[in-house]
Amino acid sequence: MKTFKIGGVHPSENKLSATSPIRRAGLPKQAVFSLYQHIGAPAKPVVAKGDEVKVGMMLAEADGFVSAPVYSSVSGKVSKIDALVDASGYRRPAIFVDVEGDEWVDTIDRTTDLVTLSQRPDLTAEEIINKVRTAGVVGMGGATFPCHVKLSPPKGTKAECVIINAVECEPYLTADHRLMLEKPEEILVGVELIMKAVGVDKGYIGIENNKPDAIALLSEKAKAHPQIEIVPLQVKYPQGGEKQLIAAVTGREVPAPPALPISVGAVVQNVGTTFAIYEAVMKNKPVFERVITVTGKDVPNPSNLLARIGTPMHQLIEECGGMPENTGKVIGGGPMMGKALMNLDVPVCKGSSGLLLMTENESRRAEPQPCIRCAKCVSACPMGLEPYLLATASAFRNWDLVEENDIVSCIECGSCQFTCPSARPMLDNIRMGKTTVMALIRARNAK
Amino acid sequence: MAKKLIVSLSPHVHSRDSVQRNMYGVCIALIPALLSSLYFFGLGAAIVLATSVAACVFFEWAITKYILKSGRLTILDGSAVLTGLLLGFNLPSNLPVWIIIIGALVAIGVGKMTFGGLGCNPFNPALVGRVFLLVSFPVQMTTWPMSGQLDAYLDAETGATPLGIMKEAIKSGDVSVLHKLPDAVDMLVGQTGGSLGEVSALALLIGLVYMFVRRIITWHVPVSILATVFVLSGLLHLYNPVYASPVSVLLTGGLMLGACFMATDYVTSPMTVKGQVVYGVAIGFLTVVIRTFGAYPEGMSFAILIMNAFTPLINTYCKPKRFGEVVKK
Amino acid sequence: MNVILIAVISLGVVGLVASIMLYAASKKFTVVEDERIGRVAEVLPQANCGGCGYPGCAGFAAACVKAADAGSLEGKFCPVGGQPVMDQVAGILELAATVSVPKVAVVRCNGTCANRPHVVEYNGVRSCRVQLLAGTGETACAFGCLGGGDCVAACQFGALAINPETGLPEVNEELCTACGACVKTCPRKVIELRPKGPKGRRMVVKCVNRDKGAVANKVCKVSCIGCGKCVKTCPFEAITLSNNLAYIDPEKCKLCRKCEEVCPKGSIHAVNFPPRKPKMEKPITSDVSQSGASPEIHSNTVSGQEEKKEA
Repeated sequence: MKTFKIGGVHPSENKLSATSPIRRAGLPKQAVFSLYQHIGAPAKPVVAKGDEVKVGMMLAEADGFVSAPVYSSVSGKVSKIDALVDASGYRRPAIFVDVEGDEWVDTIDRTTDLVTLSQRPDLTAEEIINKVRTAGVVGMGGATFPCHVKLSPPKGTKAECVIINAVECEPYLTADHRLMLEKPEEILVGVELIMKAVGVDKGYIGIENNKPDAIALLSEKAKAHPQIEIVPLQVKYPQGGEKQLIAAVTGREVPAPPALPISVGAVVQNVGTTFAIYEAVMKNKPVFERVITVTGKDVPNPSNLLARIGTPMHQLIEECGGMPENTGKVIGGGPMMGKALMNLDVPVCKGSSGLLLMTENESRRAEPQPCIRCAKCVSACPMGLEPYLLATASAFRNWDLVEENDIVSCIECGSCQFTCPSARPMLDNIRMGKTTVMALIRARNAK
Repeated sequence: MAKKLIVSLSPHVHSRDSVQRNMYGVCIALIPALLSSLYFFGLGAAIVLATSVAACVFFEWAITKYILKSGRLTILDGSAVLTGLLLGFNLPSNLPVWIIIIGALVAIGVGKMTFGGLGCNPFNPALVGRVFLLVSFPVQMTTWPMSGQLDAYLDAETGATPLGIMKEAIKSGDVSVLHKLPDAVDMLVGQTGGSLGEVSALALLIGLVYMFVRRIITWHVPVSILATVFVLSGLLHLYNPVYASPVSVLLTGGLMLGACFMATDYVTSPMTVKGQVVYGVAIGFLTVVIRTFGAYPEGMSFAILIMNAFTPLINTYCKPKRFGEVVKK
Repeated sequence: MNVILIAVISLGVVGLVASIMLYAASKKFTVVEDERIGRVAEVLPQANCGGCGYPGCAGFAAACVKAADAGSLEGKFCPVGGQPVMDQVAGILELAATVSVPKVAVVRCNGTCANRPHVVEYNGVRSCRVQLLAGTGETACAFGCLGGGDCVAACQFGALAINPETGLPEVNEELCTACGACVKTCPRKVIELRPKGPKGRRMVVKCVNRDKGAVANKVCKVSCIGCGKCVKTCPFEAITLSNNLAYIDPEKCKLCRKCEEVCPKGSIHAVNFPPRKPKMEKPITSDVSQSGASPEIHSNTVSGQEEKKEA
């Protein structure tokens, strides 16, 4: 069984919602669309207060190449364009829409019929990329990097294969898993679209073997698509990291930053993104809804919800049986890399893959002990770094030392802190060191 | 909102591994050796080990409380117990209680707490204690009782250890001296003289396997030490049979104890796989050199302490292979 | 005889070899030092207190010479020797002396635990820079002090300490040398170096919240809401309003304390003034007491610090 070679840990999987089929979440009373739903320049509003909007109408356009438009997921009236307190507590501009009815724009194909690539032989690579771009597709796994940028490799590089990230190595999350079980054919067509867009004839779908049903189903369906290979992978965190996935599937390692995955000829997309690409190209449907896992040990009914973007998080929690009394922490994303939310009014964004409610006991960290230099963090680090050194040197503000020791290669996967017997908050310090060093490097390059 | 949400940076889950789990894990791995020492040395072993563990825990508690004035209760983390056990295993079974207490004071006081306690000591505390005793009380520390005297303590009869026999053979250049060595099976089980914990190689190996299974340590340090010693002593043996055979070199003295439990100490061993192999090979090499050419019959403790001193240097130069690093050709 | 000869020759040879080596070493590792550094160091007080922010007087002298080569002595000040010494230094370096006013670090946030309610509980490394990565900290204020103590760690002189009751750093004005380390390290730019003012008296807006009034009002009881009353009141045009935040220009401020009276949120503080006479105090307390701030609490008085030291 394939996997990546350096480091890795194995947290308890806790895939509580793996057997619960995707169901639609209800419409919110007011939908809130952040203009910062992707990496890059924020979107520019194209509607004004009082405008009537329909489902699938553009609310804000992309501002530059590395940016993405935002579409309305509801029909109703724009009530205001104002600041929204985001998950970090900062105020960011957003468009607020009061919901009335559920009226869709006509251009969207709302049937569930499968459209294969052979039915649309006229599609060119440019057309696909263009449709992806106008539909506002971004990395739906949580990275939220605008998808069309990845599909247009920079000059001088050549893509050799497309790798679909169906690993879902984060504990608890099952959104991708359910999507694969329920929309396998659409996903395979989506892979073909990506392959056509970047001009390669080899596609891999990497799936960890804790999802045997998905592996079996996709392998069965992939018989009709000989260019796509399903690659079962050994369960190991952080296999869903782009670099780790490429190493696991192809055996090639992406060099240290600033090198990109394309330098080893790989284009990686998430399953959710692949499905969004299918819908954007074949069904003319921009990104305005996504599958999100709402889970937690004490959540009455852990589920996978197909939620409209802009739905407030607390509404999703209500749909899954309400917030348990003993909730201590609410995490947007998975427990290893997700972000703890500061308030529950934040809306679902394009990159929201999960909502995890942790009990109060789980939420608090253990008291840190002195480092016993057991080297478990070194062997757990998937990037071959020395977390103990980086954490200590960062805490002591020794930026030169941490830069020499490749702190910028850190992918912030949290394996070091997860494995540390002394429960030391290593990643807190490493992250702080990394952001500081990156700022220093930028300042130096700017000179 | 009535209740405040908790906010922290990822990761939000932890493996639930802990310092205690690792320290007591090593203690559990030492149980076979403990039983074998009780089996071979009886009363003496019980007195020495009990004194050593109790004294180490006491000194750690007293120093934290009265000298460092820290409210933290560090004795529960198991590291003092472990140091006490290892120190006891490195002593002969007829050592007077007061010498053991001095050893424990040096081990915990000088070897560990002066540097700042757990995780900060450059040298293995148990070995600091042992080597201090070895140079301060050479006679008591190098007369080992023969095994099998269950109810004897200070009055136990002493005899030549296999290591002494080997040294004698090298000094005299007479191969026939080596015939006095016990056979390999006896040495494996522990039917020889020596310090408490080191007599039974078998018991130590069981503990080592346990530590591998529980993933407390990795194989790199013990295997590289044992392999280096085996290869070097094998070469010497081939060159001149007056040097004992590699199998008996591996099974005698503190080599097994040192390789499995002392050199693998978390705090004082290197952090990277490459570093651990360098460290292990160097310890094996130094041990053979000291045993063969040095004044002392046993070189394990010195070899480990010397390499402990090199650990920071090894950490600086032996970096792990970075992800995506291109190996220079 | 022979023995003596051998001894003399061998010692002589050792001495010769050693002297050659020493000579070679002194040539090889010689350090050329600017002679001005020595002359500057001579006029310095040689207290080696580090108050200038450099390692001892020699370090300060070297820094001055370097700065003089760059053209100006600005920012270099010896707090012990004061202006006379700096004039001498400027004379040696053939520069016009820059007049420096003694400064002190000022924490421009009064978001104490009572004034600024915590909305979440932070569980992790206590460091402002780390907390910043997790969000706005424990309070909803996106601008104010995080209370992580990075400034305390950065201070070489022990002049800063987090008050456990307020959760905010407090400056010990006697120890503060205005070296600026805390200003540099504070990720939210809450700390500012301000002139100490006559007798240590000065007016400060203790808030850095640049949000609109309604928002700033919601997150903190004593935040500046940018209402502009102080700007209108100030007879000396010392107060400016930008990004919904008032700022008092210390050079124009004449310490009339009128702004303090009109501020509806009590975010303007008069520091080190003697307590007001009772009749003057009435209108203010009726205005400010709801917000939990009274002149005794918010002025960073020397006597207050002494009390703390005793405690």
